[in-house]
Amino acid sequence: MNVNETLRKMRPVFVFALIGLVFMFAAPYVLQLFTIINLTTSIALAVLALSLALVWGYGGILCFGQVAFFGLGAYAYTIAAINFGGSTWAILVAILVASAFAALLGYFVFFGRVSDVYLGVITLTVTLIFFSLIRRTSGPEYKIGNALMGGFNGITSPPLNMPWDTTAFLFPEHVFYVAMAALILCYVFCGWLVTTHFGRVCASIRENELRAELLGYDSRLYKLGIFTISAGIAAIGGVLFCNGVGRITPDVFNLYNAALTIIWVIVGGRGTLIGPIAATFGLFYLTSALGGQSLFNNNLVLGVILIFFVLLVPEGVAPTITKWFTKRRKPRRAIRRRRRSEANKA
Amino acid sequence: MSSNRDRREAIVETRNLAMHFGGVRAVDQVDFTLYDKELRCLIGPNGAGKSTFFKCLTGQLTPTAGDVIIRGQDTTGAEPHEVASLGVGIKTQVPNVFDGLTVDENIWLSARRWHKAKRARTLTAEAIERLKLGDIRREVVGRLAHGQRQWVELGMVVVAEPWLVLLDEPAAGMTHEETARTAELIKEINTNAALIVVEHDMQFIRMISQQVTVFHEGQILMEDTMEAISNDKRAREVYLGNRA
Repeated sequence: MNVNETLRKMRPVFVFALIGLVFMFAAPYVLQLFTIINLTTSIALAVLALSLALVWGYGGILCFGQVAFFGLGAYAYTIAAINFGGSTWAILVAILVASAFAALLGYFVFFGRVSDVYLGVITLTVTLIFFSLIRRTSGPEYKIGNALMGGFNGITSPPLNMPWDTTAFLFPEHVFYVAMAALILCYVFCGWLVTTHFGRVCASIRENELRAELLGYDSRLYKLGIFTISAGIAAIGGVLFCNGVGRITPDVFNLYNAALTIIWVIVGGRGTLIGPIAATFGLFYLTSALGGQSLFNNNLVLGVILIFFVLLVPEGVAPTITKWFTKRRKPRRAIRRRRRSEANKA
Repeated sequence: MSSNRDRREAIVETRNLAMHFGGVRAVDQVDFTLYDKELRCLIGPNGAGKSTFFKCLTGQLTPTAGDVIIRGQDTTGAEPHEVASLGVGIKTQVPNVFDGLTVDENIWLSARRWHKAKRARTLTAEAIERLKLGDIRREVVGRLAHGQRQWVELGMVVVAEPWLVLLDEPAAGMTHEETARTAELIKEINTNAALIVVEHDMQFIRMISQQVTVFHEGQILMEDTMEAISNDKRAREVYLGNRA
């Protein structure tokens, strides 16, 4: 595929990226600091949702434990930053640790030809193992370098600093800029990845794995590839998350968060990247708003929303909207074409 | 066997091939040879072991015993993608296509496996032209009729320019006209490649057949031309007797 065609296919991606950029620069002038800090956390979660949108929506791999890579990234960042005394290399360590772990896990799962359902079970189990394992690390004997693991209390995450000066810590509004920029970059990267040969082969494996193999593609390798990449992106989300919250606890690995990630992608729509991002923001603010009232239980409302979407909007928000627009556009285009041909005749 | 065929290179060989499922001997002691540029049909009643044999060749099944040798390479127990990577085009019995993708995308994915981006585009356009899929090239394959989906799959095979083509019931579920077109296409493919075609439809086999191998109860009953087989008493008993 040539450059022009790639750019044409990525046009919607650029449009949303541009909207994101405008929002990024406008938000600190319009919103209060408290909202900005909250927003940073939801951006981190949006990156997590994006990573699942890639691996599940495009790769067809239902990873029920995407939070494992997210949490692993956050922990790796925190521990590395404490030991290095700076955040720049710690970010890289976070991405590498999560990707390497995903590559290892993926190797056994994909090359062992574990089927889809069991893949979900295995990834969820791994997540829950992390949850109970790290919860038990309270006490002075559990430390990596200078970083105490802290058990269920977690670890205080060192804030991001300027790459050239480890004492120049970023303020919350600056962390917001970093988070938003990271989200936009990850989004554009994923948007580009799905137009590449690699991305299209991954999509074809989602559609029909046997056929992809009969064309001569080693599906195991492609699945491992997209699984590893998405884990790296989830880790970036994890880094942003522990920066937004200020600490990381084993609770990131719990069942609630693992399920929530799936819900964002279902509500936003599989097969799109912007849908799950939007759904994350939407549901994050809904839960925040629900937290301010005591009439309904928070989880009850979330459950109702999930059931509503699974039953009535099974494709998710973004694909449904897209379909509605193309349906409206098609007849109009046909009319335009007819008019043009009539004009030509005349 | 004629001396002419002996001089040609054997490109697919199975030696003593067996595939057992528990106590069922779906394929047993099959010695099979296909020569370069040959077009061979495999026939036999239901459960004769044709499709199982086919799946052993394509790597979808790992044989219980015996060897599969494709162009001098032992591919026994190889993965399907490894067999395909030798330059073998494969079409399975049930149409295996990428239902959620467009016709164009389906064929492009096959072309791009072997060629750089630009060449893949050209080849895709040519294949679409050749198979007359132009009108539906932007359609999602899942919404097409059965016969059209078969053609898309054939397009994926053709565009890769394989030197060996394995087709499992290519004409299944096609209309009479589509079947005739498929027969033409198979002859066309045969000018550059050897083929193994598993088929049920006797009409179709008569349209394309040269050498035919008859399977019966997991073994090769006989190998000859369609005419000779039609006249053979044993073959008629196991297969043709109640059909043709």
